[in-house]
Amino acid sequence: MMGSENPGFEESHLFASREEMENLVLDDPLTTTTTTNNNSYSSFRSANSSISDAATRHPLSPPVLSTPAESDPLLSPPVFRNPNASDNNSYIEPPSYADVIFSPFDDNSANEINRVDSTSHDLDSSLTLSRSSSSTSDYIKITVSNPKKEQETTNSLVPGGNTYYTYLITTRTNIADFGSSEFSVRRRFRDVVTLSDRLAESYRGYFIPPRPDKNVVESQVMQKQEFVEQRRVALEKYLRRLAEHPVIRQSDELKVFLQVEGRLPLSTSTDVASRMLDGAVKLPKQLFGESTAVVAPHEVVQPAKGGRDLLRLFKELRQSVANDWGGSKPPVVEEDKVFLEKKEWIHDLEQQISNASQQAESLVKAQQDMGETMGELGLAFIKLTKFENEEAMYNSQRVRAADMKCLATAAVKASRFYRELNAQTVKHLDTLHEYLGLMLAVHGAFSDRSSALLTVQTLLSELSTLHARAEKLEAASSKIFGGDKSRIHKIEELKETIRVTEDAKNVAIREYERIKENNKCELERLDKERRVDFLNMLKGFVVNQVGYAEKISDVWAKVAEETSGYAKDSC
Amino acid sequence: MEQQSTSESSQSPRLPPSQRYLSVSVSDPVKLGNGVQGYISYRVITKTNFPEYQGSEKIVIRRYSDFVWLRDRLFDKYKGIFVPPLPEKSAVEKFRFSAEFIEMRRQALDVFVNRITSHNELQQSEDLRTFLQADEESMERLRHQETGIFKKKPADLMQMFKDVQSKVSDVVLGKEKPLEESNPEYEKLKHYVFELENHLTESQKHAYRLVKRHRELGQSLSGFGKAAKLLGACEGQALGKAFDELGAKSETLSIKLQKEAHQLLMNFEEPVKDYVRAVQSIKATIGERANAFRHQCELAETMKLKEINLDKLMLTRSDRVGEAEQEYKELKAESEEVTRRFETIVRRMNEEIVRFQEQKTQDMRIAFHEFAKGQSRLAKSIADAWRSLLPKLEACSDTS
Repeated sequence: MMGSENPGFEESHLFASREEMENLVLDDPLTTTTTTNNNSYSSFRSANSSISDAATRHPLSPPVLSTPAESDPLLSPPVFRNPNASDNNSYIEPPSYADVIFSPFDDNSANEINRVDSTSHDLDSSLTLSRSSSSTSDYIKITVSNPKKEQETTNSLVPGGNTYYTYLITTRTNIADFGSSEFSVRRRFRDVVTLSDRLAESYRGYFIPPRPDKNVVESQVMQKQEFVEQRRVALEKYLRRLAEHPVIRQSDELKVFLQVEGRLPLSTSTDVASRMLDGAVKLPKQLFGESTAVVAPHEVVQPAKGGRDLLRLFKELRQSVANDWGGSKPPVVEEDKVFLEKKEWIHDLEQQISNASQQAESLVKAQQDMGETMGELGLAFIKLTKFENEEAMYNSQRVRAADMKCLATAAVKASRFYRELNAQTVKHLDTLHEYLGLMLAVHGAFSDRSSALLTVQTLLSELSTLHARAEKLEAASSKIFGGDKSRIHKIEELKETIRVTEDAKNVAIREYERIKENNKCELERLDKERRVDFLNMLKGFVVNQVGYAEKISDVWAKVAEETSGYAKDSC
Repeated sequence: MEQQSTSESSQSPRLPPSQRYLSVSVSDPVKLGNGVQGYISYRVITKTNFPEYQGSEKIVIRRYSDFVWLRDRLFDKYKGIFVPPLPEKSAVEKFRFSAEFIEMRRQALDVFVNRITSHNELQQSEDLRTFLQADEESMERLRHQETGIFKKKPADLMQMFKDVQSKVSDVVLGKEKPLEESNPEYEKLKHYVFELENHLTESQKHAYRLVKRHRELGQSLSGFGKAAKLLGACEGQALGKAFDELGAKSETLSIKLQKEAHQLLMNFEEPVKDYVRAVQSIKATIGERANAFRHQCELAETMKLKEINLDKLMLTRSDRVGEAEQEYKELKAESEEVTRRFETIVRRMNEEIVRFQEQKTQDMRIAFHEFAKGQSRLAKSIADAWRSLLPKLEACSDTS
């Protein structure tokens, strides 16, 4: 490119705007770090800060047209108020969503506060439905920050010891139970696993948000900083979801996790190997009758799979095989037709959400590409404009350069709009991803139910076996006159076993019923919340599209006007 | 066949210039032949009152190679004039013969012919008359006659461009090379032309990509719409209906995007590509001018030598003087002719460049206008479509 020795008026004018355009950083990534997002539309926020008492505003009513405090120099002043619009009168239409749309979805903090909050003054609440039916204003706001590397202080054989990361977990709440309104603790990922496991035990049948993956491979392969940051984000999301759950937010486990400083006072989960080892040790005793072969009632409330009782595990396994392959119907079956239908429907729903989520990703990519290419086109024409102006020998060249600049400027503006549109679209359609994650929780709850059912079935089978044995013994013993001392003793023992097993069975049935009830409540909650969330997602998505499409249309309409005559000069 | 001068062509025996018309259209593309031999024929309709033409209306059938023949002849006969460019000869595209390709080519050929007929000098061309009037067999014969002198192989053109380019850069770098015009304004022009081509090529690349992006966005909206409908079917009730409507709108917009992609291709990308071709045509003319200049210089050199030789012969009173004088006279005549040709090129180029700049300003303004109009309309219909959903979405939340 030739140097700019030509100090013409047009030249410097062009330079200024070129700098602005080149400051646009056309290749900034669409990462969802809040800072970059905020910067790109902070001008809109300042423009809309004068929209007051927005909470009571209905989105379809005419908006308060605020004058943009400091308009972004690249944005044309609100062209939709141009009375000279040559085309149709859609420029002066009623509700221009362009003004209305930008604050709610900019404001990240509004979304972070869990949706029970209905006292938010943002436009958010008028456009989005509140999820809570109650009018309480309690909230729990959790932030995860400040990852720190720490040294393992155990007596490990490895010199230097293990290092691990801890995260600062800060909670702000106005719920009385916590005793304090703001507090922080340090936790490591292992603690989160413990929390998750304990919750799974205590809240069987509930849709418990799934915890972040351990990502063992990724932790080795990724850059440490990146991995830690990724984990921090995931942890924050997880804890916030827990706090949103109406039942779990009240759990002791969560409270303890959030508030008790120092070592996490929840019993840790043992790994599978040690459990199996424990169970294997017990097994011979169980089989030879030295240790109890009967499952204790209090153990019945937990599934066989995660425990140490191998014998119970085997029995239930045998039962499940009998269920599937045996000729006779198991003693208790899942009779709830409604539930079975619901289960199938959930499966279908999951597939559709997954499909929609994938298509949403494609849409986002296409929008991003459009914005990028539009920007590149704009830049290419800007270069061409500069070139023509520098080398101009005829006036027609200058006229053309001016036309080109008009077009190029518009293209760059439109490009910015596309990118902003996309950033918002990502946020909205993310709801689909969230619900896919929730489906995991649903599967967990359903499997709680089926394992509880299996326990009941196993116990019932066992009972009938025991009863049969007792009958046989009694019949045999009655044939002997005066009684058979050893047989009578056996019968006594058997009757005791039967009693314990009966107790266990009753407990198991109660547990099963409880889980069934939890499932039912949770399904209702899922339906209600999902409807609200999806509807909000659709509204947000649509409002967003409308707003930006209008802005883009205005930008181009102006260019169309400027280029409509042949005698017209530069714009 | 001689070059016609302007003085002869601007007046026709009976009609004043303002009442003369020559209008041509290229239409009705028809696929003929099979496979690799396949080609497209076009109907070329001429309406004129030029006395040189037989009759006031004529319809002929022409194919792409006929247009190439015309272009080559004009390029050769009217050196210095920027002959209008032709759309590329694309073997691959031709093989596929998509409707879009055919329409684009037809449009470009129509523009090509019309540019020729509206050019003061070119419209007088006898080759043009042949092209517009000859029957198909004669045309085919003429086409096959194209060898050697008139037909420039692409490799030759490339070599010409390279020569000119290297010469330009040499001058820019300050290297002195013989047989080059030392005309600073002309150097500036050459530099401008070469740079312009680079800029335009880049712009055209992005324009083409933009067309693709429109198609891709359309496709993704279609997929998204279908998924939304399925999800809606699963959800049922008010929410399900909302998804269904969203899906339907999405699919509608997908179609609009595909349409806009086509418009963008025809009304924006094609004009930009045309611009690039026009610049390439100028480059070819620059090559011709360089050739003419070199020819002139060579002859001047030769003449000098001959003059020296003649003087020598005259001094020695050789009997070869007469012969040498004759040769010298012939050489002088030739040199004058070559000089005249060169000067014609220079003159023409000066006129052409002004015309070119003006024409391009006009062309681009139209292209930009169409582009902006299309984008504005598209965005508006997108806004309208989505907006129409909002009351329905509101209704859903009222019932839930």
